[in-house]
Amino acid sequence: MAHMLRGATAIVGLGLTEFGTLPERSHLEVMAEAAHGALSDAGLTVKDVDGLFVSNFASPFLALQTAEYLGIDPTVLDSTNIGGSTFVSHVQAAAMALATGLCNVALIAYGSTSRSGGRAGQTRGPLGRVPYEDVYGPRNPIGSYAMAAARHMHEFGTTREQLASVATSARAWAAKNRRAEMREPMTVDDVANARMICDPFTVLDCCLVSDGGAAVVMVRSERAGDFPKPPVHLLGIGVGVTHDQIAQMPDLTVTAVAKGAPRAFEMAEISRDDIDVMEFYDAFTINTILFLEDLGFCAKGEGGALVESGAIAPGGHLPVNTNGGGLSCVHPGMYGLFTVAEAVEQLRGEAEGRQIDGAEIALCNGNGGKLSSQVTAIFGTGATV
Amino acid sequence: MSDNRTFDSPGPDAIYRAALESGTFQIQQCGSCGAHIFYPRAICPACGSTDLGWVTASGKGTVYSTTVVRQKPERGGDYNICLVDLEEGPRLISRVVDTPPDEVRIGQPVEAFIGELDEEKVVLFRLAEAG
Repeated sequence: MAHMLRGATAIVGLGLTEFGTLPERSHLEVMAEAAHGALSDAGLTVKDVDGLFVSNFASPFLALQTAEYLGIDPTVLDSTNIGGSTFVSHVQAAAMALATGLCNVALIAYGSTSRSGGRAGQTRGPLGRVPYEDVYGPRNPIGSYAMAAARHMHEFGTTREQLASVATSARAWAAKNRRAEMREPMTVDDVANARMICDPFTVLDCCLVSDGGAAVVMVRSERAGDFPKPPVHLLGIGVGVTHDQIAQMPDLTVTAVAKGAPRAFEMAEISRDDIDVMEFYDAFTINTILFLEDLGFCAKGEGGALVESGAIAPGGHLPVNTNGGGLSCVHPGMYGLFTVAEAVEQLRGEAEGRQIDGAEIALCNGNGGKLSSQVTAIFGTGATV
Repeated sequence: MSDNRTFDSPGPDAIYRAALESGTFQIQQCGSCGAHIFYPRAICPACGSTDLGWVTASGKGTVYSTTVVRQKPERGGDYNICLVDLEEGPRLISRVVDTPPDEVRIGQPVEAFIGELDEEKVVLFRLAEAG
């Protein structure tokens, strides 16, 4: 019997701000622009929203703040924070709330001025002191991901060049995306020879720090045909968690994607071969290699070679991060919702020069914390439901 | 260790820190399943028991992964960050010191000592003596 959430809900609105530097604007103003864009895209207003899903690093009462700011009267609200994967997990929470009738129009929204906002009122707020970890100065999150990369190189012989090819593949996609921040050509040598941050990562192995916002509107599928744009249906979703502090991650070369993704595939009733396009939270170059392995697109340890072959770059057979990803498109502190946004554009056929022809099924993988939480969501066009 | 009450005052975190202040690196061991535990907990993460006692850590471990946090000399210079697998089983984050930070290697044996960072007593490591 099909899972009750398979195909039960759909994204009918998408809003994106410009990416890059948005000076003299607050994170709420950026979020509001994205939310307004998503609601307008769906032919709705804030007065239609009764489910609100938001999060950032700075504001413990963000759901209340956002409801007040936007003038939303919610019956369901959620500002859970499991790191940058949060907004993909919000898709699950919204689907549950919609499917059970607790709300009828769910808004998932994010905005940040991580680049230009300084410390005040944006997403680079205090992360909270992690006992037994922060005192050592691991420069989190970079240091934790760097140690995952170092371990992967040690166990499997993954090379400096293979890590770099993740970044150059993302850059090649970004060159096709007019919204992407970093569109200049970049070589493997450029990445390898850039300023070292945490060995083996140079600054070009690390995601951008941007201003920007995104929002999506979800409804039950039974009414998804009543909106202007073609609906993008949620087919399956799975959450997996391994740890908070990096020292508690059982194996630094295996992420919780290995736990959550099988649940998403089972719910969606599809196999890996059915996926047309994938959007990963590529906070650092090692992420993409780990996720390809943990999704089963290659054996553990072979992700570096797979990327180096050109598989995920434009023209490859496994297109990944077609917007340019967090490495080259945009990364405003938390990137999860931008994976969903790109999946929506691909499945609507709105992805312009980077469109994957005939894309019917897209996979998003949100990553949170220090490889801590992973949320895999599978979306499909109306034909796949 | 069966009379240890992890919900009493002082709690496991305070007990661990007091021991560290007095110069002892202690970890917990579960009286029910035998697992060694670090960092200090009130409930065994392996089996759910609250029957947790204290043992002095051997301090012997192996580098599981390592990185160098790069930093300008005027801000203190580069330093090592690593994950160490203690011979009792638990893994912890720390630094290997008294060795150039980029010469620390995965698999090297290390030994713990109690040092200070930011005026706080912490467990640090040095490369173990050869042989």
